[in-house]
Amino acid sequence: MSREMGRDDFVISARSVFLKKGNRQKFSLLTLIIISIVILSLEYFKSGPINQIRMITKDIIIKSSYVASVPFKSISKTYSTAIDHFNMYDEYEKLKKAEIKKKNLILENNFFKEENQRLKKLIDEKNLYNNEFYITKVLLDQKSPYLRSLLINKGFKHGIKLGAAVRSESYFIGKIVDSNYLTSRILLISDLNSKIPIIIEPGSISAILSGTGNNELGEIEYLPENNNIKEGGIVYTSGSDGVISSGIPIGKILLDNNLIKVDYFADFTQINFVKVYYKK
Amino acid sequence: MSIINKTYSKFLTISPVVILFISTLSNSKYNFTYDENYLSFNISYVIVFFWSLKRPEYFGYGFIFLAGILNDVIQNNPLGISSVEYLLICVLTAFVRRRIILQNLIYDWVFFLISILIVGSINYIILVYIFKIPIVYNGLLLGLFATFLIYPILAKILSWIDNIVQANINDKKN
Repeated sequence: MSREMGRDDFVISARSVFLKKGNRQKFSLLTLIIISIVILSLEYFKSGPINQIRMITKDIIIKSSYVASVPFKSISKTYSTAIDHFNMYDEYEKLKKAEIKKKNLILENNFFKEENQRLKKLIDEKNLYNNEFYITKVLLDQKSPYLRSLLINKGFKHGIKLGAAVRSESYFIGKIVDSNYLTSRILLISDLNSKIPIIIEPGSISAILSGTGNNELGEIEYLPENNNIKEGGIVYTSGSDGVISSGIPIGKILLDNNLIKVDYFADFTQINFVKVYYKK
Repeated sequence: MSIINKTYSKFLTISPVVILFISTLSNSKYNFTYDENYLSFNISYVIVFFWSLKRPEYFGYGFIFLAGILNDVIQNNPLGISSVEYLLICVLTAFVRRRIILQNLIYDWVFFLISILIVGSINYIILVYIFKIPIVYNGLLLGLFATFLIYPILAKILSWIDNIVQANINDKKN
């Protein structure tokens, strides 16, 4: 008897929770859960009108999210400006030393560039990759243990396609994984799901750079067994995926308790503008 | 009543919804690194849980659904998954509201843990088994635990806001 009562009570509660519209409620919970599940199931349609509606919705939300995040961004910007002011003298000393080295390196680099072009001409090599890029603003940056991405202000209307390489200054930082009409999402190389074919110099060792979810260090996978990698070696994109051009610097090798890691050149926390390579 | 007072009063009435939307639009997950471990607080869970438990009349379920959609776009999740999560929290709080007469922080806190564990499990199942999106189980669990830990602090802040809203409503009645 009491068990029946309990069951009846539960059914009444469930009916009330799911179907009853409370004060100020226009929809019942059941209706909204069903709508959510329908929207979720529409994720399987990756093309056609549903996809277009989804892209427009995403564009609108991303743009309005950018507006909403302006006050928060200005707070963090003020904080980092204050920190920069405190570190100004140390930074100046470092830059003074670096400038002397830089002049020599530029001259050396120019020589190697010309030599490289001459040799490429000799073997008749064609450039497969496009060197045209947009400098675009970062609208939002997403940081969580399983998502390291940036949202930018250019979409497929501007010729940006999935897999396109993205640089911050001269360094490779990630690739396009989602392109809407006016906005796109960059998956950073520090993201857990990021896998980029690389080459390590000196030695021209090919491997895969894998993100760890950590903004400072990446991991190297599929290294040959007898490798001779030393600390300070430079990691470049290898271009073996046929999408990202080769030779874009990513970071340098760091040996941490015999584990080979990559210390990224780019500072992912300070990216405001990026270069996105596109095809016409 | 002056225009400023009217605007202030109107703002207070809609403040729970505004807080929810700001938390989703400005990045609902606040991350901190401790000893190479990420602690990711999901503030939206706390907001939805708190208001739907204490004052469901402030929150339209439609707004919660919309906040979920916004969150999905920003977090690059499959559209609709956060809405399902938030609405499930509402379902659970609605059950609790019907069962419990006297509420206190400890009961709420324990029930919040149960709710986020259920919602987190559903989130994991949908992402990993249906959409085949690899997510780090430890990261998710640690994030839920961190969210559980900050609940009392946020609940106190939200209670304080609730008191202001209530005082404003009472003033209007008088």
